[in-house]
Amino acid sequence: MGILLQVRDLKTYFYTDAGVVKAVDGVSYDLKEGETLGLVGESGCGKSVSALSILRLIANPPGKIVGGEIFFEGKDLLKISEKEIRNIRGNHIAMIFQEPMTSLNPVLTIGLQIGEALELHRNMNKKEAREEILRLLRMVGIPDPERRIGDYPHQFSGGMRQRVMIAMALSCNPKLLIADEPTTAVDVTIQAQLLEVVKELTSRLGTAVMLITHNLGVVARHVNRMAVMYAGRIVEQGPAAEVYAHPQHPYTIGLLASVPRLDKPRKERLVPIDGQPPNLILLPPGCSFMPRCSYRMEICSKERPELRPVGDGHFTACWANMER
Amino acid sequence: MADSRLQIEKPERKERGPVWDVFRRLSKRITAMMGLVIVVVFLLSALFAPLLAPHDPYEHSLADKLATPSWDYPLGRDELGRCILSRIIYGARISLLIGLIVISIGIFVGVPIGVVSAYFGGKVDFIVQRFVDTMLAFPGILLALLLIAMLGVGLHNVMIAVGISTIPIYARLARSSVLAIKSRQFVEAARSIGSSHLRIILQHLIPNSLSPIIVQSTLHMATAILWAAGLGFLGLGVSPPTAEWGAMLNGGRLYIRVAYHVATFPGLMIFVTVLGFNLLGDGLRDALDPRLKT
Repeated sequence: MGILLQVRDLKTYFYTDAGVVKAVDGVSYDLKEGETLGLVGESGCGKSVSALSILRLIANPPGKIVGGEIFFEGKDLLKISEKEIRNIRGNHIAMIFQEPMTSLNPVLTIGLQIGEALELHRNMNKKEAREEILRLLRMVGIPDPERRIGDYPHQFSGGMRQRVMIAMALSCNPKLLIADEPTTAVDVTIQAQLLEVVKELTSRLGTAVMLITHNLGVVARHVNRMAVMYAGRIVEQGPAAEVYAHPQHPYTIGLLASVPRLDKPRKERLVPIDGQPPNLILLPPGCSFMPRCSYRMEICSKERPELRPVGDGHFTACWANMER
Repeated sequence: MADSRLQIEKPERKERGPVWDVFRRLSKRITAMMGLVIVVVFLLSALFAPLLAPHDPYEHSLADKLATPSWDYPLGRDELGRCILSRIIYGARISLLIGLIVISIGIFVGVPIGVVSAYFGGKVDFIVQRFVDTMLAFPGILLALLLIAMLGVGLHNVMIAVGISTIPIYARLARSSVLAIKSRQFVEAARSIGSSHLRIILQHLIPNSLSPIIVQSTLHMATAILWAAGLGFLGLGVSPPTAEWGAMLNGGRLYIRVAYHVATFPGLMIFVTVLGFNLLGDGLRDALDPRLKT
């Protein structure tokens, strides 16, 4: 499998009155064709911003992509023209957003909204587009699409709206689907259904998926490789099973310890990570996680650890050597 | 309340679309319905003036000048013996025309300015908004008088003058709606599928910011009619023989002691029409309020 997306040293900063927020500060990762990558981390760690940066959807001002390269099928997305990136958006890289309640336009029927992408990228006439929309609605499991095609978003439930979003995102057979916490806003049962729909369809279409989430359970089930982000940087990266079995970064260890597990006795207490996420304007010079870390050493406050290999395709940015 | 809920659950209600929905909500308010009736009567009399008017509004008869209301001339005759009812009916055409053109100027110039200003933000927004501030700082009537002084007296110039003075109001209104809408996720979603700026503005921003603009334009209709009448009263509007409410009011002013009807009926018409548009506008504001939608 070829490499589809290469992100190299991506830096996205926000220039606010309080100072420069380094939301994404030197992030690198690869995504192979058809692969599913999980991007994990707590709120505000830069997951969404790094994903939005791929499509250059960062609002400017205040945000700006200040450095790095994003190669998609050999082209640097940060260097191409506005027109070219518009052709990539929706056509080659599509996105699903967090809030199904607000990511559809309330005054347009869902048929029109799904049709928008078809019209933009696939030059379909009305009749072809209608057939295609019906096919897409059927594909994502919306019952009775002939009747539903003319309905407005408020006539759908949250889960159904997210299915509409998935239909919209997959309407042009993109090579990459970015799903930005697609299940955060819906019920747990619906979450599972939606993820199954995404998984089933993307594997059928051979679409690579970047799944952004703070739900480690979701990652374990649906992801080939995962990257853990903390304070705008990737602190650990590797095959999902490997990272679960042998987490190498204290933050990943902390995250996994704070999730309830079925295979542990119920009496066992969850271990929270102490402290607060750091202020992204005033990051300490050393490791960003140092103040909250139980493995900290002297070097941690002085020098920032870079990603280093610790196993087959497994990298961590930590000075400490965890036993395996 | 229980009754209306039962109605909502009827399946056939679903098929009727948003216009019906607004009308249903409007029909629950008696004042709004009164406004709607007045506005409809006004529109009908403007559209079908030649069919409704009992006499030719320009046919004069000095022998019957200032004649009091009678069966044949229900509202009496004016200072040149013309039928006041017919002139009022024809005057509705002028008022409607002025209202529509004034609002069209306001909307077609003001809304794009406001939308572009809000959508692009930053420097564009700053420059456009300072310009709008300057225009808003002028009292509207002063701006209109100034423009008429520059362009000359006449109906067209009145419409242009009043229209221009409403531009900043629509620009502000559109800007504030778009500011609220542009950060909503569906706009970002539209960008993420590759929509151009123009498409986002036309397809997503303008339709979603329409309801305050509809309300404002209904209310503005009243203001425009009032302004046009005011300028007509001052002799800055239509040229004399044309039936126009403000000019009629001014013509009758001299005879108010001897013939009350000449000034009273056009005045009443202005009052009732303006009231009608205001009531309708208020009703629409409630009917289109997204917070009341379920």
